[in-house]
Amino acid sequence: MEDLIHELLIVKAVNAVLEPVLTPIFSMFGLHSPAESDLIPDYLVMALLIIGVVGTVGSILSRNLSAENPGPVQLVFEDGLSALRTLLLDIVGPKGPAYLTLVGTVGLFIALGNLMGLIPGLMAPTSNINVTLGCALTVCVYYHWHGVREQGPIAYLKHFAAPPGAPMWIAPIFFPIEIISHLSRVLSLSVRLFGNVFGEELVIAILFLIVPLVIPLPMMFMGIITGSLQAFIFVMLTMIYLQGAVTVDHDHEDEESANGGAVAVHA
Amino acid sequence: MLVNTRFTWMLMLLVMAAGLISPLYAQEAGTAQGFDLGELSKWSIITAGFALAIAAAFGTLAQSRGLAAAAEGIARNPNAAPEIRFVLILGLVLIESLVIYVLLISLILFFVKPFGG
Repeated sequence: MEDLIHELLIVKAVNAVLEPVLTPIFSMFGLHSPAESDLIPDYLVMALLIIGVVGTVGSILSRNLSAENPGPVQLVFEDGLSALRTLLLDIVGPKGPAYLTLVGTVGLFIALGNLMGLIPGLMAPTSNINVTLGCALTVCVYYHWHGVREQGPIAYLKHFAAPPGAPMWIAPIFFPIEIISHLSRVLSLSVRLFGNVFGEELVIAILFLIVPLVIPLPMMFMGIITGSLQAFIFVMLTMIYLQGAVTVDHDHEDEESANGGAVAVHA
Repeated sequence: MLVNTRFTWMLMLLVMAAGLISPLYAQEAGTAQGFDLGELSKWSIITAGFALAIAAAFGTLAQSRGLAAAAEGIARNPNAAPEIRFVLILGLVLIESLVIYVLLISLILFFVKPFGG
């Protein structure tokens, strides 16, 4: 297995350029790169590459947008954006499109990151647990922040302590369970993405080790499918978590107004 | 039901008794054979393979049940296809993630080798 792991050319190039510049800055803060490893690890180089490519393509494409006669590229991007917008409207609710920026960015980053591993000379940044954990923590902080902003801190904490309609004495039992479940969301988001992409790369590498021709191709095709599916799943779970945090519970008001309380407004 | 209660109690008592004396025979085994690390690493590899096989088998079984129910639901009511697809994908993902946890544990046992070997 060890001879399959080799240093990528682009990582070498980036480190050769940036290492003399960054080493004095890092050592000013008392940071030193460990021996026999790059100052900038490969997954960070790949993440920077995604940022650079998306930024460049976006700024070039946004230069000649037009509402009268949109070009084919603009139409494709608009279709994708409106599909994401519809999904947000369906899952999160009428306030959904306000969260388009983060959801779209995370989805684009993960989709490109998953598919990058299939290009020779590059690796998938999402096959490193640090990158996926970063994405999951970003999503976690984001939905908690927006939950607090939408419901107010006290109502949001209350929503942790007891489910709507339950008595308050249940809080000592319910609160730790909720905390654990919210922490396990981060774990499951990051580990699911990491395990899928890493397992996929490993299977391709092992098949490549056995027969280096044609045989890995079906697995690489599977890689395209699972890569885009995992990005979609990450986005969908982000939306579901947002919905859970942002939706204000109206159960008590409904019970009072519709004398019977059998009305369930939200899913 | 009444007959089974007695049997259940007996079984529970037996299990508890076995649990209580377990340090005894653990000690015996430890002193009699010793426990070398090579044996442990060999068994960890075997365990990793079997754990992945069991996880994949039952995960696939659960996923196929969900898939069958979803296909039947769509066949009965094609208008509900988008909602069913959404729920199906969500459920499949949640089932799949458990199998992936086992895959990661197996990969750790295979490649990181926390028990040596």
